[in-house]
Amino acid sequence: MGQRIVIAGASMGGLRAAERLRASGYTGEIVAVGDETHMPYNRPPLSKEALASEVTHEAVAFRLRPAVADVTWRLGVPIASADLEARAVRLADGAELAYDGLVIATGMRPRRLPTPGPTAGRHVVRTLEDACALRSELGPDARVLVIGAGFIGCEVAATARLLGADVTVVAPEAVPMRRPLGDDLGAALQRRHEQQGVRFLLGRTVAAFLGEDRVTGAELSDGTRLDAGVVVEAVGSASNTEWLDGNGLDLSDGVLCDNALRVEGRPGVVAVGDVARFPNPRYDGVARRIEHWSIPTDTAKRAAVTLMTDLGLSGHDPAPFAPLPTFWSDQYDLRIQSFGAPALGADDIRVLEGDLDGEVVVGYHTDGALVGVVLIGLPSAVARYRAELMRNSVAA
Amino acid sequence: MKVIVDMDVCKDHGQCVFSAPEVFQINENGRLVYEAEPDESLRDAVEEAADVCPLQAITIEG
Repeated sequence: MGQRIVIAGASMGGLRAAERLRASGYTGEIVAVGDETHMPYNRPPLSKEALASEVTHEAVAFRLRPAVADVTWRLGVPIASADLEARAVRLADGAELAYDGLVIATGMRPRRLPTPGPTAGRHVVRTLEDACALRSELGPDARVLVIGAGFIGCEVAATARLLGADVTVVAPEAVPMRRPLGDDLGAALQRRHEQQGVRFLLGRTVAAFLGEDRVTGAELSDGTRLDAGVVVEAVGSASNTEWLDGNGLDLSDGVLCDNALRVEGRPGVVAVGDVARFPNPRYDGVARRIEHWSIPTDTAKRAAVTLMTDLGLSGHDPAPFAPLPTFWSDQYDLRIQSFGAPALGADDIRVLEGDLDGEVVVGYHTDGALVGVVLIGLPSAVARYRAELMRNSVAA
Repeated sequence: MKVIVDMDVCKDHGQCVFSAPEVFQINENGRLVYEAEPDESLRDAVEEAADVCPLQAITIEG
């Protein structure tokens, strides 16, 4: 055959792409390039159970199936640039890799605050090293300031609290996890956190970090001063697409793809995972990135078929790609599960079962139709609501 | 094919149930139960179930 597929990115999306290419019958060379030194590992535990115990690669590594045993892994080397016309990528160490097919799976990186002040003691949670560094500073004596009240911020707050730390969450929004949960459920979850001893200072931002060599606290936008020896910045993420600059792609928010995950106008180039911005006909057809755990697996499955088609190795698959986005969050003993697209139903949110301060099912609707469900607990209800979402939310 | 779920790791998310309902079920107590030696014809479904496990608790042998 002599064909080579380069997978840019050696995390979950890259691994799943390699697996799906082999499952689709691709027998040529696969080279996966990743900037981290580790083989692919599972990130969600890094803000949850892995952070609560000992953070090791072994604890979070993905198992490698025999089918991907012959993949070449180029780890610890970022991709510097790509020339899609010439069909080649250049690595940061100067090596050049020509390809027949390219999988873009470079994912996201955490945004950092431009806030002035010392940098030592300030953390993010994305990589294993990030989690190890944070874990080493968490304990009963730690005073932790979490900046950002999204899911990662709230998970870290819960884990730090379980480890006995004093925890304050600062965020500009009025309610934690407001997008996508909505005001009422977000407020209910805030109460759960407060019952566990987490303090929320919402509707404000951090104006400056205090301290000389390392952080000792922060001054907020309203003048409040806080003591904090550990700061966690959980303020969203940015797409790792700079290496694709200069190729005329739409990189305004991830990589714009068609519904089959083919990068717009570029046969033989696909994107997977949270860097892929694609239309989902289950909803409104608007191209969006989805930073949910289910997406690398779902997109890799479809993208592998697209790449096989473009390389002339299999026929066209006409089926529309309409994944049901899924994620979960564990905070204390609460299991929060989301199915579908709650954010698209933010104007019509209803409690469907239970109550907000106990176990609950919340439904999110567009034009009266259920488009997303969030459950706290109630595991026996999951299958029913998921089936309803699978059935009725594909737009005509 | 042998299926092994590390029940110390499993947190009863139930994602596997949607991929391979013939093999994995959530019982009335909300706990995962599964068929340890499913038929070979279910391999694709079981592999998908292993992929989508949030805790990566499912191992397939043979």
